[in-house]
Amino acid sequence: MMFGLGRHLANLGIMGINRRNAEFTLAHNPRRYYPLVDDKLRTKEIAVAAGLPVPELYGVVRSEYQVRHLPEWLKDRKDFVIKPAHGSGGEGILVIAGRGGANYRTVGGLSMSQEELNHHVFNILGGLYSLGGQTDAALIEYRVRFDPMFDYICYQGVPDVRIIIFLGVPVMAMLRLPTRVSGGKANLHQGAIGVGIDLASGATLKGVCRHEIIGEHPDTGHSLQGLVIPHWETLLDIAARCQELTGMGYLGVDLVLDQDQGPLLLELNARPGLAIQIANAAGLIHRAKLVEAHLQELLTLEARIAFARRHFGVNQPPAP
Amino acid sequence: MNKTHLYVLAFILAAVGLGLVIYKVLVLNFPLSPGAESYTWNVEAKVTFEAGNEPAKLTLFTPRTTRRYAVTNEAFVSQGYGLVTAIVDPNRQATWSIRQASGLQTLYYRAEVVRVNNQEPINPIQPPAIDNPSFEGADLTVARALVDRIRRRSADHETMAADLLKHFREPQPDDNLALLLGKHPTEGDKMELAAKVLTLAGVPARVVHGIALKEQKERLPVVHWLEIYNQKWWQAIDPVTGAPGIPDHYLAWWRGPLSMARLTGGSDLHVTLSVTRELEAAINTAVVRGQIKKPLLLNFSLLSLPLHSQQVYRILLMVPVGGFLLVILRNIIGISTFGTFMPVLIALAFRETQLLWGIVLFSSLVALGLSIRFYLDRLKLLLVPRLAAVLIVVVILIAAMSIFTNRLGIERGLSVALFPMVIMTMTIERMSIVWEERGPLEAIKQGLGSLVAAALAYLVMHIREVQHLFFVFPELLLVLLAATLLLGRYSGYRLLELWRFKVLAHFSSEGP
Repeated sequence: MMFGLGRHLANLGIMGINRRNAEFTLAHNPRRYYPLVDDKLRTKEIAVAAGLPVPELYGVVRSEYQVRHLPEWLKDRKDFVIKPAHGSGGEGILVIAGRGGANYRTVGGLSMSQEELNHHVFNILGGLYSLGGQTDAALIEYRVRFDPMFDYICYQGVPDVRIIIFLGVPVMAMLRLPTRVSGGKANLHQGAIGVGIDLASGATLKGVCRHEIIGEHPDTGHSLQGLVIPHWETLLDIAARCQELTGMGYLGVDLVLDQDQGPLLLELNARPGLAIQIANAAGLIHRAKLVEAHLQELLTLEARIAFARRHFGVNQPPAP
Repeated sequence: MNKTHLYVLAFILAAVGLGLVIYKVLVLNFPLSPGAESYTWNVEAKVTFEAGNEPAKLTLFTPRTTRRYAVTNEAFVSQGYGLVTAIVDPNRQATWSIRQASGLQTLYYRAEVVRVNNQEPINPIQPPAIDNPSFEGADLTVARALVDRIRRRSADHETMAADLLKHFREPQPDDNLALLLGKHPTEGDKMELAAKVLTLAGVPARVVHGIALKEQKERLPVVHWLEIYNQKWWQAIDPVTGAPGIPDHYLAWWRGPLSMARLTGGSDLHVTLSVTRELEAAINTAVVRGQIKKPLLLNFSLLSLPLHSQQVYRILLMVPVGGFLLVILRNIIGISTFGTFMPVLIALAFRETQLLWGIVLFSSLVALGLSIRFYLDRLKLLLVPRLAAVLIVVVILIAAMSIFTNRLGIERGLSVALFPMVIMTMTIERMSIVWEERGPLEAIKQGLGSLVAAALAYLVMHIREVQHLFFVFPELLLVLLAATLLLGRYSGYRLLELWRFKVLAHFSSEGP
């Protein structure tokens, strides 16, 4: 039975961790480019240089002594996000939504004193959230106000769009929705929902939450299906450009939709998770193989996006 | 990287490794499995006495190399004592002396005893000294009656000894024997009497005192048996069956009526004997016995190292095995653990604690450490000082657990000190982070995963055959390396991933 399931998943083209590591990240992502992706500050720098929209950077805390200046830096900011430059899996991200007297108010509604905020920054600097525990920097940046169309299917936090780019071609996408369980975070392993997206139209498909397929948001009860993501073309365009930006062949691009500024590039991931396949009820391997087979035709950005929309939509079953 | 390249490399490594193994087995006769009798024993005699603030002299019999056992690496541990060893046939003795001593004195004699199998006796055969039987008065009469009876019922010296011993074995010895033995005779007394009776009957006999090298033991009792002189050599008599020959595991320590240790200038003399078994490969014994050809290869193998270093390598060579097991657990099965090789280090610590105790100690250490780590969290410490604080707490906890379990009389608890503390600290820290970030369920899941991996690693690394194979054939590491390289390119599903993606099983392969 176990082998039967394995064969069935292989037929669907489902990618496992071993295969992702061996044949995609190891093979297509040169180690020397990882810092561009792992360091959110550098990602932001190269994205700005390439003219891609990103959330505005308010400041960077690089060392412990700078923490004492934080109240001064933040005194004119009502809301902002503090995140580790080398964080992974959405860990260590603190979203401040407003103020209450001398205290800060997190997006979850908790009050936070200056001291507690400082402690969080200290933890970031000490390397608590960074891979390998090396010392880190804390980024303070613009808090995205997400597009109101997500109001009904989002519990706190900011929903974002994850697009997997293989050799410059978008191969799969999902909308990530925070839930009560995930504590406002948009990471699936923390309990957020992933909703598959039809690459052709930008319409949402079914969702996945903790390995289960769902049709409604567990907290708000609203249907997850059939929503058309605004600015879909722009999102695909930004995501596809990231391949040239970083030199990475296999990349997860996280984007958000700000109600004022439109699509913004949030961060990149050189080892994107695999649950996206459940959300889309499709395997990454077949799609990646198709891209590899047509590589000669995909020389321009436009050709790559057109290829993705032609082949990876719901109504266009992938060619054999 | 080209896969063919990898396959060729793995094939070459495996071929070289297996080739060397086959050569060593077929040509050099290296044993594939550890022999059952291949033990080296560490024997220890601990002598304590109360010195009386005057010159003290202590004489202790020490074992000699015999046909069965080679006594090597002897050590005499004594502070400030002069030491003289001498052979006083048929025994060997060590004499410690000191001009001035007071208070409790502790002296040690230690030796390694290796099983050997010589055909010829090692020591020159001492013909028996003629000494007069020391029976007097009524005892002499009773002894003579006893001698008459056994002589009538036996054919030669050996059957006479057997018959006499049979009398000693009876639950209710007859009146004559009971009179000679007195009240509450010890085994030693019985053998002493048997020797005297046999000497009276014209059969030269003496008592041998020794120990049984059968299991690891502290406070080992002394066993006694008889030797009779059959005109050519001294023949040992089994004290239980009365038949010629004694069990192989009996090590003779000294002979004659004297006690094991004699003391002048002190009181309260105690001698305790203990043995521990050293798991030495049959190969070493085989080298000692000269059964193996000694080619150059052997001189450059681990077996050429001193015994102590060999013990270290025996453990060291198990680490790659544990690492390989973790590759399987993590990449094929998909168990998540804290730290990649942390379970291997914990498994090494389990060697000392044994599995059950190891799990209990590990769990309680992590649980206690976690609760203190949660408290430290409120103090809002910086990361590195907090890690150092947890490290200090872990060391305190280890010390406290040792003291506590020792008070309870649980000896195994002391071995908690062997847990790798830095690794424990990082485990506690990471577990607390996972606890907060992903919830207690995930943290406990990963903690259990680590524990299961550690237990499995321990069980595999503890198999005696595996230890033997990797120690005697370290070239198996090349085979292990080849297998690891191949697994390094395994891109199939992990076992637990199948469960993760199982909802997709409803979809047909033709696409959604």
